[in-house]
Formats: sequence, C-alpha cells, structure tokens
Amino acid sequence: MLIRPIFASLRKHRLATFLIAMEIALACAVLCNACFLIVNRVQQIRIHSGVDESALAAIRLTGFDDGQGVDLNARVLSGLAKVPGMQSVSVISAVPFGGFANNAGIATDAAGKQFAGVVNFYSGGPGSFKALGLQLIAGRLPQDGDYQPVIHFVPDDALVWVTKSLADHAWPGVDPLGKEFWVGKPHFRVAGVVAHLARPAPGEGGPSTIDWSVFVPSQPGAHFAGSYLLRASPAQLPRVLRDARAAIARIAPDAVLDTAASQSVTNLRESFFQQDGSMARILLGVIAAMLLVTALGIVGLASFWVAQRRRQIGIRRALGATRGDILRYFQTENFLIVSLGIALGMLIAYVLNAVLMEFYELPHLPLYYLPIGAFALWALGQLAVLGPALRASHVPPVVATRSV
Amino acid sequence: MFGYYLDLALRSLKRNKVLTALMVLAIAVGIGASMTTLTVMHVLSGDPLPGRSGTLFFPQVDPNPYTDGPSLPYDMMDYRSALDLWSAHRADRQALIAHGQLKLTAPQVSLPPLMAQVLSTTSDFFPMFDVPFRYGRGWSAQDDANRARVAVISSDLNDKLFHGADSVGRTIRLKDSDVRIVGVLGAWRPSPQFYDVAGGRFADGQTGDFYGRPEDVFMPLNSSSDIDPAGFNFFTCWSMPKSDANLQTSPCVWVTLWVQLDSAAKVRDYRQFVAGYATQQKALGRFARADNTQLRSLMGWLDFNHVVPSDVRLQMWLAFAFLLICLFNTVGLLLAKFLSRAGEIGVRRALGASRAAVLAQCLFEAGLIGLLGGGGGLLLTLLGLWLVRRQPVAYADLVHLDAAMFLLTFALAIATSLLAGLLPALRASRMALGLQLKIT
Repeated sequence: MLIRPIFASLRKHRLATFLIAMEIALACAVLCNACFLIVNRVQQIRIHSGVDESALAAIRLTGFDDGQGVDLNARVLSGLAKVPGMQSVSVISAVPFGGFANNAGIATDAAGKQFAGVVNFYSGGPGSFKALGLQLIAGRLPQDGDYQPVIHFVPDDALVWVTKSLADHAWPGVDPLGKEFWVGKPHFRVAGVVAHLARPAPGEGGPSTIDWSVFVPSQPGAHFAGSYLLRASPAQLPRVLRDARAAIARIAPDAVLDTAASQSVTNLRESFFQQDGSMARILLGVIAAMLLVTALGIVGLASFWVAQRRRQIGIRRALGATRGDILRYFQTENFLIVSLGIALGMLIAYVLNAVLMEFYELPHLPLYYLPIGAFALWALGQLAVLGPALRASHVPPVVATRSV
Repeated sequence: MFGYYLDLALRSLKRNKVLTALMVLAIAVGIGASMTTLTVMHVLSGDPLPGRSGTLFFPQVDPNPYTDGPSLPYDMMDYRSALDLWSAHRADRQALIAHGQLKLTAPQVSLPPLMAQVLSTTSDFFPMFDVPFRYGRGWSAQDDANRARVAVISSDLNDKLFHGADSVGRTIRLKDSDVRIVGVLGAWRPSPQFYDVAGGRFADGQTGDFYGRPEDVFMPLNSSSDIDPAGFNFFTCWSMPKSDANLQTSPCVWVTLWVQLDSAAKVRDYRQFVAGYATQQKALGRFARADNTQLRSLMGWLDFNHVVPSDVRLQMWLAFAFLLICLFNTVGLLLAKFLSRAGEIGVRRALGASRAAVLAQCLFEAGLIGLLGGGGGLLLTLLGLWLVRRQPVAYADLVHLDAAMFLLTFALAIATSLLAGLLPALRASRMALGLQLKIT
C-alpha cells in the first residue's frame, strides 16, 4: 500500500482534511480532560470512610435546651436500645458524610506557632469507637477512663485517636504515638492511629484533607447531646432506622428530628456525592455526544469523497486493484487524518489541562490518558469510515467506462 | 430574489437528506448544549437586585487581636464592631444580619414542631433590599429599639402553617416565646440569596447553596437574642470561646452589616469612616490591623465569593467546546455539499450569475440549516433545562428560558451556521468556470 498517492489526494482536499483533523483534535483534547475529570469525581465518590457504612445510621435531634441534654441522652440511649435488631446506640458529634463538622486549626507546639492544618474532631461517647468499626493500626483502644466531659466543643485535655494520613502529615516519618497538639489552650495527646476516618463533609478542605480526622472519647452531657450513632446488621438497618425514627416521637416529643440528617450512612454518602455523580454523568453524556457527532462528520465527509471518486475507483479497479486495496485506501486515508488530529489534539489537551488546573483543584493530566484517547479516536475513525469505504470497494470496474 | 433563493435552498436540502439531517442535528445538539449551560450561567451570574445593587455595600473590618491572623478580613464581623458601625448611622440605610435556628410551633395549627431558619436583622432590611410583601409589612426602627416580639414570615412558611391565608396578627411560638406576625413576604427569590453569601472562597467551588430560598422567619436581632441568646451560627472564631460566655463578647464573627450609599461621595465618606473606626479600635488595643478593612459593592462581594458554582462554569466551557466541534463538523459537511454541486454552480455562472449571487445562495442555504438547527436546538435547550430543574440543586427552580435567551438561541444558531457556511460558500463561488463545466 503506497501512502504517497493518499498524501497527494489529501493535499488536493486541504481544507476538508484540516477541518476533520481539527474536529478530531478538539475531540481528543476534550475526551482526555473529560475522562480525567470523571476519574477524579469517581475517586472522590469512592473515598474510603473507614467505618462500617452499611451497618450504621445517624439520628439527629435539635430544638432542645442545653439544660435538657443529659436527660435527653439518657432517654434516647435507653429508648432506642429497645428497638428490635438494634446492636448499639451511642452519642457521637457527627458521622462521615453527615455534614456538621467540628473543624479547628491545630498546632504541634504549645505556643501555636507550628500550624498543622484544619482538622475535624469527632466527639464519640462510650461504645462509638467500636460501633464505627474503626480499624486500629497503632496504639490501644479507648478505655472507660478516657471518656471525659465536653467543655468547649471537645474535652479540653484528652487522649485522641488520629488517622494515618493526619499523623503522616503532622509528624512525617515519626511514630505519632504520644505526640501532642493544641487548639489554642486545649491540649491533646495521640493514643492511637486508625487506618481511615473521613470527615463529616469530605472535600471542604480540599481533596488531600479528606481523612484529617481526630476521634476524641467524650462523656455525653449538656454540651454533647442530640446526635446518635445506631448500629444494626446491614440487612436489618433500614427497618431499625425506620423504627428508631418513629420511636423518637415517643421518647423525645420535646425535640425536633432532623429528618435530612437522620439517615443511614450509605444514604448520607449518596446524597453527599449526588452532585459529583451527576457531574460525572453529564461528562459521560458530553463524551458520548461528542464522539457521535465526530463519527457522523467522518461518515458524511467520507461518503462525499467516495461519491466524488466513483470514476477513479472504477478505473483503479479496472486496472487490477482488489476490493481490499480500495478498502485499505480509505482506511489509511482516515488513519492519516485522524493521526494528524491526534497530534494536534494532544497539544490542546495539555493546554486545556493547564487552564483547568488554574481554575479547579486538579492535578496534572497523567500522560497515559493521551495514548488511551488516541486509540479511542483511531478506533472511532476506522469504524466511521468503514461504511463508506465498503461502499467504495463495491464500486464495479465497469464504472470506468461510463461517462458519469 | 429572496423567494428564488429559498426555493433553491429547499431543493438542495431535499436532494441530500442524510447530509442535511446530519448538519441540522449537529447544530441542534451543539446549540442545545451551549444554550442550556449558558441559560444556567445567565440565571446564576445575574444581578440579584437590578437597579439597586449599585448602591449596596458590604463593609468589613478585621477584629482579630493577633497580627498573624488571616491576611483578609473575615467574611463576617464580631457583634461589637458590627453594632458600632450600625449605631453610627452613617449610611442612607443599613441592616445587621445574623442567622440561627429556632424551634417553631404554631398554637392554632396542628403540626409537629419544626426547626425554623431565622434571619435576625434590623428594620431597614426590607426597604433596603426592596423586599415585596404579600400581607402586612416589616417592623419599625422603634420595634428594633423596643425588642418587640414581632416577625415577618416567608410565603412558603405561611402556606405551610396557614394555607396561604392572611396571617398578620396571628402568633407563632419560637422556642418558648410568643411572637406576633406583622408581615408575610410575597414572591421573593433573589438569585443568589446575596445577603447570605459568605465564605464562598472556602467552598471549593461548591457554592450551589447560595441560591437557596429565603429564610422562614425574619425578626429583630434584639428580639431573637432575647429569645435564644446562644442560638446564632458562628462563621468562625479567632480563639476558643468560653462555653458559658455571652455571644456578644465572644471572640467569634457571626454578624454582617449591609449599607446603602446613594452617591459616590457617600461611598468615599463611608470608606473613610470604616478606616477611621478601625484605626480608633487599634488605638484602643482591640484590633491588631487597622488597615485591613474592605468596602465591597454587592456585585463585587458576589465575585469575591465566586458565587457561581465551579461545576456550572465547567459545564458551560464544555458545552462551547462541544459547539466548536459541531461547527467544524458542519463546515466540513457544507464544504462537501457545495463542492458536490460544482456542475450546477458552473451552469449558473455560465448563464450569467455573479460570484456574489452564488455566495448569497450558498449562505442562504447555510442560514436555512441554521434556522432548522436553531429550532431543534431550542427544543433540546428546553429539554436540557427541564433536566437541570430535576437536579437536586438549590437553584433548580430558578432555571427558565427567558425571552432574551430564546432570541439568543436563534441568533447563535444562525450566526453559527453562517460562520460555518462562509468558507465553503466562498470556495464554491470562486471555482474556476471552465473546469466545472468540463467535468460534468
């Protein structure tokens, strides 16, 4: 197969060739970046919360006075424990994906000079550490004596459990056990490290801080009430939650149930990432529509070229070219045009990625997206040109003898 | 002439139906996608108070007593600074704003208690922001001073509690206090809900919630502090608040101030006034940085907070990239179409048609494709907007096509297709005469 005559013919159709190549180039750039965005979103949606999501649910009550906190905790803990199928009920400040973050900036020195970032504090009552299903990777489990009363938003001087990623960030390369940090005056000492524990609102501090959580064993009381962690077997959880929500009306008629926040953790996760999910779907839709339009454009133009060259094809066939030769001619032509487009498209893809990085918190486009995008477009081009090329290969040699 | 071109164009479009359909489809899809996203962008980035926004300003001071605090002032103010600036009455109108939730029950209505979003403000809020009333009116400055137990409720809450009836004079119970309704808001849906905008630059582009609905209950700040002194939302604190401390002296920011300044001279004076206040507070030892003040206009404040969600911007740019792809596609197809008619054009030229006539004819055909594509694009835009409205976002109910965007759809479609047709039409009109006649 000689490429030179194809080049010669393309040079005659410079404008059309350029247009198709530009279309491919743009498609390539958008395809690479859109795929990259989708992967980023999906990664965010799939983050590891570190808790047994399918077995957990939250109940959130509001509208009661601080003075009623102790009484409310007692009523809710004993009342909900009676719901059939309930494995445990504990007081907790928030659950992953439930919103209501307790954020504070921490420093690794008493003077507050060495700022280590804004982290989320989970206050957890007795039983909550075990109920969450946290995976301890260093240190010990919280014991009864570790649960202290909440004075500010957490106990003032407490042993805490931090996530691995927070420990790596605050004390890189050092054993975090026994290390201390401060929030103004209140002071904390690390007693254990857990594998993962996502923030209640992951993403608010940027993707790298999703796992910057601190678990503080806290004694339920006036300033620590109204939010509860329920645990049941995954199969029973929907019913248990429904019964618990119904029971609240009897147990605590004075409080108001926050229905949006009183959900299973699975549902909370789903609604938390709803926007990212729909954005990923929109991007998929754009990619599909874009590839379709590009393919139709190739079909249209290739059909036109085939129609225009019917006589030439007939002459070539009469001179001994096989059907395969004709088929390959159009396929090679398409391959050349698409390759030109891809070469241009990779440049545009990188420029586009630079622009996106400027406005969105996005990393560099990994290089391997480019060959994947290129193969996708080569395949698309070959598929699109197949119809017209087959039609061309079926042009009978006798056409050469006709005048039109 | 016009009729002749139309006739020729229609004939030509009918001759190669598949190619025509492809072009119309490409333009329709491109226009549909870009107009959907452009409409959303138009709705979200518009002026929430047209005609009024130019006179509204958002003063900020930096109450941080530490010199190593954040480099820009907080998005809200501490109570004392806000109250000092408000009490000076240096603006044409001014309103303090704080947010909170209170348990709401209505004595005559059998509904379970609900948590009401309460906006605590001062009497100028309603005239300053041009808030429409369905029943009654706002409260007076006297009510602010008297700590009157009065409230204005949203039209949504009025529908829920009183089925839309005139509820002025009736009582609702907030926490443990009876509060008399003095007004019910009319249809009021500013986009965005500008007076609640704060902290946008920390939201990582997820700012859809700035387009929510107005709060349920509006009441004098003094009255809601009496009902629940601790029931306000903080923006942030520069040091740990004491748990039993009075909110009004806490080291936290939770109040905002909006001022109306009717002339450029007044804006200048007010800027000086705020700077003077900060200097004076620094002298008193309360502020660390006196020069860290701002007086942003309403639109400036919205820009600073990046109110338009970043996903919406991204969708718009994607849609325009898509439109560009559709455009290249259409240019290629039109080129094929016009050049395939070389013979016909040759005959017309030989019979005396000028190049301009051929060009006009080709452009006419391209425009017709644009018009058809625009019609399709309009349907797709309506479909797209319907899909947007079904999304669980705060601005879903705001997104509608207005007359301007309707016309823009067609203008864009025709402009796009004319642009696409220009190059092929030029090529067609410049073909050498003899050559075309020979090959037929």
